[in-house]
Amino acid sequence: MTESPNDPTRDGAAFAEEVRAEARRELETATTPERSSDLVELRDVRLSFGDNHVLNGITMGVGAGQTLCILGGSGVGKSTVLRLILRLLLPDSGEVLVEGRDISAVSNVDVLELRERMGMVFQGSALFDSLDVFDNVAFPLYEHTGMGDEAIMERVHEVLSFVDLDPDDVLRLLPAELSGGMRKRVAIARAIVHKPPILLFDEPTSGLDPITTRTIDELILKLRRELSVCAVVVTHDIRSAARIATETALLKDGQIIFNGTPEEMFSSEDSYVRTFLS
Amino acid sequence: MFGIAVSVHEYFTLLARLLRSCVTRPFYRRDVVQQMDTIGVASLFIVVLTGLFTGMVLALQSAVEMERFGATIYIGRLVGASTVRELGPVLTALMVTGRAGAGMAAAIGAMRVTEQVDALRTMGVDPIRKLVAPRFLAALIMLPLLTIVADLVAILGGLLIAVVKLDLTAELYMRSVYETLAQTGFVLRYIPIDLIQGLVKPLAFGGIMAVTSCFYGLRTTGGTEGVGRATTQAVVTTSILVLAVDYFLTQILIVLFVG
Repeated sequence: MTESPNDPTRDGAAFAEEVRAEARRELETATTPERSSDLVELRDVRLSFGDNHVLNGITMGVGAGQTLCILGGSGVGKSTVLRLILRLLLPDSGEVLVEGRDISAVSNVDVLELRERMGMVFQGSALFDSLDVFDNVAFPLYEHTGMGDEAIMERVHEVLSFVDLDPDDVLRLLPAELSGGMRKRVAIARAIVHKPPILLFDEPTSGLDPITTRTIDELILKLRRELSVCAVVVTHDIRSAARIATETALLKDGQIIFNGTPEEMFSSEDSYVRTFLS
Repeated sequence: MFGIAVSVHEYFTLLARLLRSCVTRPFYRRDVVQQMDTIGVASLFIVVLTGLFTGMVLALQSAVEMERFGATIYIGRLVGASTVRELGPVLTALMVTGRAGAGMAAAIGAMRVTEQVDALRTMGVDPIRKLVAPRFLAALIMLPLLTIVADLVAILGGLLIAVVKLDLTAELYMRSVYETLAQTGFVLRYIPIDLIQGLVKPLAFGGIMAVTSCFYGLRTTGGTEGVGRATTQAVVTTSILVLAVDYFLTQILIVLFVG
């Protein structure tokens, strides 16, 4: 039986050491690509909802072939960062740059084009209930490309195979007929079907069992390895972050209190970082 | 008070964006047809039942009063006029709101709380164009058609009572209906002005139902409980708006057609 990271009977320091060891193993085996210029960059971003200051001067960046994991407790503004990158929200001050373009300066018409450069995997998968797997995955292609039915079918088969699903088995199933892990994989297939250079993940492993979690993590690694995508992953799963991240950012009270590689995070002496990891 | 003003502003902003979506590309024709089926065909049965019982009860109630004056031969006039001018459009709108309007608010509300609306945005698709415009156009087309069905069935319901319970002949009843509809004249020689008046209203009611239901659906928050709340708000607000707009439209139509 796999032990739960939240098991209160476990010794915190032992768990932290175990995670560090795993992170070291992952880092030794993973190939960390050279840092290229940032595809997604936040510069001193501030955002408030009324009196609630969600982000207080966030600065971070991530380039092609990189995976940035944004960690933090509940309600610290992790998902808000993704919504800013997608321009579903606008910052009160500071800059959010996507492929060098400031999203605040992009018009409402151009933002649709900007979003086509990104793929998003939502926490609850957000598959369209009324559409089957094929129509869900093919949706961005029908919307934004002039591809014919045959080419679309071929591409949908290709991406479903990429996420380790058998197209013949799942193509005509509705989202309600899929397991949690399958839904996540279909959501990833939909996010990558139009080959976006930037992928955003909101809690990709939340609510999944440890084995499926590992499968999704390996899929994210595969995306980096084979497609060299720039990925921003919001998670509170330390084990996942250790496996997939090339860089981590830990959020607390709307500020980044740690930014560095997973190895640096696991060897950090900062008391909050250590508390978070334990 | 400030909250109401903000809601009214958001409602009209949605309406403006919706109208722009209806006249600019891309169009989602397949979604319009699908919504016509959901709003129109699927509501046909309840509309027929509503029309039938409304016509029957109108004939029955008016017979009680008219028998006193020996005026039962005018029952067709009463049923025809009240159905085509008023009850057909209003009752059809209220019934379709309870069925299709609630369905719109619940479907879009569920999409909102499960992030499907955000997923559309992130894929570069405008939710107003994809979700609201097809429902709006389908409602504009289907509400007048359903109203015609309700009017016809209500007149037939009145006929049933007139013949079976009041011993009137079918010819006498139908002539009475025709006379009242002919009273205000015809457009293009054959279409009664009363019917035109009766079809302007469902056009407006269809628009109100779609916009209001989608408005509440799109601002749903708070999980499944929020979906239930949005659905209730959509049905209540649409019903009140239909009744209020009916009054003002009637005033305008009387000035325009009756003088």
